[in-house]
Amino acid sequence: MNNKREIYIGFMRGAMYVCTALTAALVLFLFGYVLINGIPNISWKLLSTKPSYLTQQIGILPDILNTVYIVLAALIIVLPLGVGAAIYLTEYAKNKKIVAMIEYAAETLSGIPSIIYGLVGMLLFSNNFGTSLLSGALTLVIMNLPTVMRTTQESLKTVPQSYREGAFGLGAGKWRVIRTVVLPGCVDGIITGCILSVGRILGESAALLFTAGFAHALNGIFTGLTSPGATLTVALYVYAKEEGEFGVAFAIAAILMLLTLLINLSAALVGKYYAKRRSV
Amino acid sequence: MKKNRLFENIVHSIFLILGLITVGCVLLITVYLIGSGIPAIKEIGLFNFLFGKEWASTAAEPKYGILPFILTSVYGTAGAILIGVPIGFFTAVYLSKVANKKVRAIIEAAVNLLAGIPSVVYGLVGMLVLVPAIREIFDVLDGASLLAAIIVLSIMILPNIIKVSITALDAVPKEYEDASLALGATPTETFFKVSVPAAKSGIAAAVVLGVGRAIGEAMAVMMVAGNVANMPSLFESVRFLTTAVASEMAYSSPGSLQRNALFSIALVLFLFIMLINATLNFFLKRDKEK
Repeated sequence: MNNKREIYIGFMRGAMYVCTALTAALVLFLFGYVLINGIPNISWKLLSTKPSYLTQQIGILPDILNTVYIVLAALIIVLPLGVGAAIYLTEYAKNKKIVAMIEYAAETLSGIPSIIYGLVGMLLFSNNFGTSLLSGALTLVIMNLPTVMRTTQESLKTVPQSYREGAFGLGAGKWRVIRTVVLPGCVDGIITGCILSVGRILGESAALLFTAGFAHALNGIFTGLTSPGATLTVALYVYAKEEGEFGVAFAIAAILMLLTLLINLSAALVGKYYAKRRSV
Repeated sequence: MKKNRLFENIVHSIFLILGLITVGCVLLITVYLIGSGIPAIKEIGLFNFLFGKEWASTAAEPKYGILPFILTSVYGTAGAILIGVPIGFFTAVYLSKVANKKVRAIIEAAVNLLAGIPSVVYGLVGMLVLVPAIREIFDVLDGASLLAAIIVLSIMILPNIIKVSITALDAVPKEYEDASLALGATPTETFFKVSVPAAKSGIAAAVVLGVGRAIGEAMAVMMVAGNVANMPSLFESVRFLTTAVASEMAYSSPGSLQRNALFSIALVLFLFIMLINATLNFFLKRDKEK
């Protein structure tokens, strides 16, 4: 082997190892740094109170609750829409042009940056419902529609055609086949879509800034939807950038990191569980 | 029987409507952005708006030139690609071709975690680690700069680049590699001279996806780039298209030229994104046809 070849091979091998090590180190550093700085700042008091100017203390209970409300509201709306669209595409659509159009639209939606969703959400929803959790949730519905649609579609494709044929053969109508055979077969896709959406909603900030606002008020569950409120990510931004409260910001960041870990873990587990059940 | 058919038809139309909602959303977004973006461009003049070098929206004699934002976004994205793509590319080749199953599973899980980290957390770490580090190392007054944004963005696009490249590399037929090995090429030569060219459409798609993510990122950039409307320079505080919108939205009054100009900036950003989406589709389609 000549020298030039050896250098080439050595360089490429080296680059592969260095880059992979760098990627792994980055993840370790990010998690280590945030958790080490954040966990000591998490206290029961922080988690269970609201911020008060009188006592000069900061609590993130309102932000936690707002996050929960927004996640729930967005999921309740996006699930039927996304699952319905996926069912239409795999079970009903015969016109290839319509399918291509819907899929192109979904791809376009997933490429649009969240700041643009924020602006459009502001124009579309906040002008009608005010700056509120509901406006934020509706904006997130549009953002997560492609995700739920795609995961459901993927798992619908794995439902064997013979199941449908069997049900049709027994005289079931189309809707009955979908309800009793197809839908139960794509539960894993729906669950995965939910988990991914929750992850995306938890991490979202730019789309919420102008639609849900950044108030730290403590909201009740039903009245809360019509009032403004910051989610955890928005609160992190406000505390770090506007108020210089890095302790609180790190505490929130650590909570978000732990939730990310949990979400990735559960998505992997769901995938594994259903893959196993299917292969049996 | 007739009743049954009617019922099935109703169900069919309901699903059709659900399917068309995505199309409706895209149309709605496009119409709203164009509708609210055009007035300010008309008032300022397209040329002055796109190529004006100065942005001073709150000055007594306001100026609305967004060239600094456009250039910053382009430079910032190019910088992030320059750093992020090689790292992601080599990692993807390693994971797809060299790594054993266990190592691959672990690092892939780590990459998925990287993808799940909220952008404000990147911003926070960037603010407290990267910005002071740049100030120390390069001895500049403020570390909040284009460079800081580039580094944060290059980390944020890594997961996209790695995941899409791996999918493309995994799809390369084993026979190609076997043939190359049988002809006496070493494994490393085979991976880079046979597998990578065979997967080039997919890898190109990964890069384009990275461009889209980098140009659209707002919050992380807002926290590390300093947010002054300067012409881009590596150690200068800069404003991206995204952060230009985000930073003034909260205090601009509805209906004012300032707010309308922000919508126009969003429209420009949207056009960039549509262009990137079209490119992405081109590469993905070419990949499928093969």
